[in-house]
Amino acid sequence: MTTREQSDVAPAMTLDTSGLLCPLPVYKAALALEGMERGQVLELLCTDPGSLADIPAFARQRGDRLVEVDDRGELQVFWIEKGAGG
Amino acid sequence: MTTETQPASSTETQEVTPRRLALVASKGTLDQAYPPLILAATAASLGWEVGIYFTFYGLDILHKDRFEALKVASIANPAGPLQVPNIVGAIPGATALATKTMKRWMEDSEMPSIPVFIDIARDLDVTFFACSTTMGVMNVTDADLIEGCDIAGAAAFLDYAATADVQLFI
Repeated sequence: MTTREQSDVAPAMTLDTSGLLCPLPVYKAALALEGMERGQVLELLCTDPGSLADIPAFARQRGDRLVEVDDRGELQVFWIEKGAGG
Repeated sequence: MTTETQPASSTETQEVTPRRLALVASKGTLDQAYPPLILAATAASLGWEVGIYFTFYGLDILHKDRFEALKVASIANPAGPLQVPNIVGAIPGATALATKTMKRWMEDSEMPSIPVFIDIARDLDVTFFACSTTMGVMNVTDADLIEGCDIAGAAAFLDYAATADVQLFI
């Protein structure tokens, strides 16, 4: 099941971190967001068991907006809208 | 399924001094070198400013001749990769085996090696403070350290840590 706040915003980029453990998903996501414009959405795929806690914290700390979390069991899909941060 | 969102206005108020993490890395074994570097890489990825003070055995993580050859203790390390009695852990080759086992765990989990983590931390502008007292006590010179270290005593590190939001000793 999926809930979207802004389902009309398509991700500008998809980053698959399947198989990677902390801190690599957030490290790679930070690098990806660095190259994106404010307001663009990064689709982040994670299998790290901590990602349901980590990715919301990551977005909050950076000042990005988490517009969607889709928990598919082993895989979690996050939509992160880049904020004013780096 | 969970959905978490922030008010749109929150991004407007983020333009302030970044949070700061001050770490002390005091241990020089392979297993104990990971936690400070993982925390540093994570915090820097969150947009935080990060400094690690490498002191006593932790200075080995910055030592040119040692940082690529950190080891895991095979004795007095009951949680380590070699689950054997101390008497067995003391035999020649046991430390090498414990070290090899941990390196294999890391490789199998696609976790970067310590040298790669050091590069990641440097790319993220993490400050590496090399403890000047340790350098004096253990005869380590500036030339023995990897590039980009700031040599500092406790006063300089405490000055940095005083304005940190999170301070941890590892």
